[in-house]
Amino acid sequence: MRFLKLLPLFMLLGVYAQAQSPTYGVGRTPTEGEIRAWDISISPTGEELPQGQGTVAEGEELYLSKGCAGCHGITGTGGLAPRLLKRDVGATSNPWAFGRILPIRSPYATAVWDYINRGMPLMAEGTLTPNEVYSITAYLLYINEVIPEDKVLDNESLPKVEMPNRDTWAPLPDWWKPGLPRLVGYPY
Amino acid sequence: MTDDRKEKDKPEDLERGDRREFLKRGAALAGGLSLGAAESAIGQAPAPEPENMIMGTTELGAYGKRSRFETSVRIPHGGRPSPDAFGLDFHIAAPLQESVGVITPSSLHYVGTTRGSFVPDINPEDHRLMIHGMVDRPLIFTLEELKRLPSVTRLHFIECAGNRSNRRHKTVQETHGMTSCAEWTGVLLSTLLNEAGVQEDGDWIVAEGVEEVKGASSIPMSKAMEDCLICYGMNGEAVRPQQGYPLRLLVPGFEGILSVKWLRRIKVVDQFYMTYNDYGHLHQDSDTAALGMQIGPKSVITFPSGEQQLPGPGFYEISGLAWSGGGAVTKVEVSTDGGRNWMDAEIRGTAHRMAHTRFSFQWNWDGNECELQSRCTDELGSIQPSRAQIAEFWNQPPDQPVRVRGQDNSIQPWRIASDGSVHNAIS
Repeated sequence: MRFLKLLPLFMLLGVYAQAQSPTYGVGRTPTEGEIRAWDISISPTGEELPQGQGTVAEGEELYLSKGCAGCHGITGTGGLAPRLLKRDVGATSNPWAFGRILPIRSPYATAVWDYINRGMPLMAEGTLTPNEVYSITAYLLYINEVIPEDKVLDNESLPKVEMPNRDTWAPLPDWWKPGLPRLVGYPY
Repeated sequence: MTDDRKEKDKPEDLERGDRREFLKRGAALAGGLSLGAAESAIGQAPAPEPENMIMGTTELGAYGKRSRFETSVRIPHGGRPSPDAFGLDFHIAAPLQESVGVITPSSLHYVGTTRGSFVPDINPEDHRLMIHGMVDRPLIFTLEELKRLPSVTRLHFIECAGNRSNRRHKTVQETHGMTSCAEWTGVLLSTLLNEAGVQEDGDWIVAEGVEEVKGASSIPMSKAMEDCLICYGMNGEAVRPQQGYPLRLLVPGFEGILSVKWLRRIKVVDQFYMTYNDYGHLHQDSDTAALGMQIGPKSVITFPSGEQQLPGPGFYEISGLAWSGGGAVTKVEVSTDGGRNWMDAEIRGTAHRMAHTRFSFQWNWDGNECELQSRCTDELGSIQPSRAQIAEFWNQPPDQPVRVRGQDNSIQPWRIASDGSVHNAIS
């Protein structure tokens, strides 16, 4: 009987032990180098950004020399690939009016850097140096009137760029959990 | 004379395998012999015999394929070509109008990619999955190692957030083709995350593929630990390249972009990472954000559906698919009068959680114009709304087009014209 009373405690300890140590021992530990080689994620706060810097002028040159203009158009529009220049919608402070265009819609400039770094140029993804990515990011933010022409972007200044959509998008509400009805009070 | 006839009518070339010709000649011969008794002896066959044989080949013996008479195919979705001018696959919709049962054949499963993507040609022996970030023990797995771990096999649908019907769509492939359902086999993501040991502030994961663009999505840890799968199997064989071979993340019931293909890396992080995938699916208000994650109760009639033709009045089994990101479908109803009266449909087979569920309804069409609709209820008690109900809930002005917030789970109306033609009835 005493054993039975202790059983729930043993079970709890069992669950605890399982959560704290590997159960199957399958797989191996990657080296620091392996993690560095694959970890290209950039958070909105920019911790993973590499050292480096870039300017609008360098970005403008790279936009032509790296082939960006060939697909996205000389001015950031008019090519076969998605446009990179905000739409002319007159005087508005609503960033959503400019269209779903990465260098203007994204709430964080880190997302612009991250996408150029991971996904561009087509067929040569991952070949740009950090400085080149900083420069092209600077140029695209400049033509969308997010930063001035003389702005220098680096791992410190990039996360601090005030994107127009920084506060006009909605994250998941605090109460949100999977498996609940989608919205409190919404019967559908 | 009889012998002469036999000689004359003897089929010249039996080796051709032209069985129908042989039989016709045989029937003529018999008729000649029995002088008019042929009709009752052999009769008028109700359908012709097949004219051709499919020659056996080593290839067909090794891996079969469907009949050449089956022409059901996927189509590019949403007006964007796929492949596009760059040869990138973008969005391709499944032919639900010809679907039967609940499994979408792997060759017809809808396709969606980040940005548009080339499908990588991955040697599974070279593929690795790495789990790192805010974990006690970063881990890297080969495919062989993943297959040693406890596996699960589940039916799940995947649906693209772009699966939104509008009045311009003509067929159910256009209105609803960006959803598909398969039997998925793999390891629970929670098994791997527990093995790595998630640290206290690890509230999100970022899952990333190995294709050129390295498509990545952010997923809340609560969902990652609940029921997400790392899949290597699909419909009884390896996951197809267009679906993420050799490894795909599956996030049951949530927008399809989270189900990252060609999965090679999961990073446990402390915040929403705002990847390219994430930024493209942002919402302006938190209600819509909440409605955008999980897919609500949803159903559509696949027969009869837009552009199909009923030959005339009489009996038809109305057939369709129902599903919900909130769990299992518990009820499906059908209306044949534009939503005024609703009758219970029959659920065919078992209603699995976050899986397409086949329903049917026995119907006698009287030949008059009518409007067919279906709606479903899920295990959370949520019910599929009409577009009018959505407009009413959000107090939308009646003179404006209905805006469906979040994932579109609105009722799809099909109008049957008196000539039997079927049309999209979204107004």
